[in-house]
Amino acid sequence: MNDFTLWDIAQGLLLSARWTVLLSLIAFVGGGVVGGAMLGLRLACGNRVQTAIKLYVELFQGTPLLLQLFLGFFGLPLLGIEVSPWMAASVALTLNTSAYLYDIWRGCVEAIPRTQWQAAASLGLTRAQQLRYVIWPQARRIATAPTVGFLVQVVKSTALASIIGFEELTRTGNMLTNVVFEPFLIFSMVAAMYFAMCFPLTWYARVLERRQGLALKS
Amino acid sequence: MISIEHVSKWYGAFRVLDDCTTTIQQGEVVVVRGPSGSGKSTLIKAVNGLEVFQQGTIRIGGVSVGDPKTNLPRLRARIGMVFQHFELFPHLSVLDNLTLAQTKVLDRSREEAADKGLALLDRVGLKAHASKYPIQLSGGQQQRVAIARSLAMDPVAMLFDEPTSALDPEMINEVLDVMVALAQEGMTMMCVTHEMGFARKVAHRVIFMDHGAFVEDDAKEAFFAQPKSERAREFLDKVLH
Repeated sequence: MNDFTLWDIAQGLLLSARWTVLLSLIAFVGGGVVGGAMLGLRLACGNRVQTAIKLYVELFQGTPLLLQLFLGFFGLPLLGIEVSPWMAASVALTLNTSAYLYDIWRGCVEAIPRTQWQAAASLGLTRAQQLRYVIWPQARRIATAPTVGFLVQVVKSTALASIIGFEELTRTGNMLTNVVFEPFLIFSMVAAMYFAMCFPLTWYARVLERRQGLALKS
Repeated sequence: MISIEHVSKWYGAFRVLDDCTTTIQQGEVVVVRGPSGSGKSTLIKAVNGLEVFQQGTIRIGGVSVGDPKTNLPRLRARIGMVFQHFELFPHLSVLDNLTLAQTKVLDRSREEAADKGLALLDRVGLKAHASKYPIQLSGGQQQRVAIARSLAMDPVAMLFDEPTSALDPEMINEVLDVMVALAQEGMTMMCVTHEMGFARKVAHRVIFMDHGAFVEDDAKEAFFAQPKSERAREFLDKVLH
């Protein structure tokens, strides 16, 4: 069993890295949609939904993601819902991501001075128009860098899904180590692959930050 | 045209606006003066509903601003407002700043809106800057664009909230010239401003506010020559050194 070549190991890891990427995308896109919807709701209804949304965000930001994965995987079947590792991981990560993205985007909208809303309103634009044509275009520019930066966190946090049996990079690395008994080599390769996924994102986030900083100074 | 009737606004025990009452006729230019914290900005923002108030009524052309049934965006489209810090939209070019509300609120075509925008920019002397972005303009230029942006909506009245207070002295006149020309064309204007030269030149009336209340509401000549209240007299003495 020890005649796994280096390439065999690398291949195995790369194949399961696909699932890391896929789960990250699901969490990011799903989280973006849910987070965006919450932000829209908050801006439209303000006071009525504020407490509920705040509780939701506090819950997901204040508890470990690992626990959220456990509750999803072990808790939902108690309510009679059949849950696969894919389902549990997707749901837990999506909801977790939605809380953080909502918070980031809300902060960016609130960073736009109230007087911009007033100027847009004084021209006769409705609240929805103010948001769409004046506020969000400005908030979006501030939001891009931290959003891309958070995507990095999402990629790394997919590793936790291995605990509930989700097949991805870390779990495969674990399994291979149990077979080949070369933990340092294998986990170095795993780390290198995460780095290869995350570094372009952090680099891009920094480029965006710099570009935005220049735009403000010019 | 604009009627303010017994308007009051308070936060607990603190009175921001105290039983303010006045009427601004069509074509009138009214200057609102007073020390910091006297409520002048709050009052002018209450006129187009940007500030809410607990008591009283404000009517524009007979339509009540505070009535929940009023279509506020449509009402606001008829009143122009110029802010102390210009508040141009930084992500849009100068011309786009002027055409946005025209196309989205008044449903004008892009060409019509652009034509109108360029004509107004020409009027304020900034046609050459149409494709620039606000960040590339000086304060005085930005404020003139802001005035043009409000005029693009063909308002029946214009509100000015300390339009020159954030400008360097050498840029104040270029903005005041635009405002004077506007007044001389018969625009109904309500201006919160420190510029007494402007008031002397084109104002019909001066309202003096202190602690949220109207202390004086005089014809201009009367105000400057012989203000009725002690407070206004003190203030003028300090201002007209």
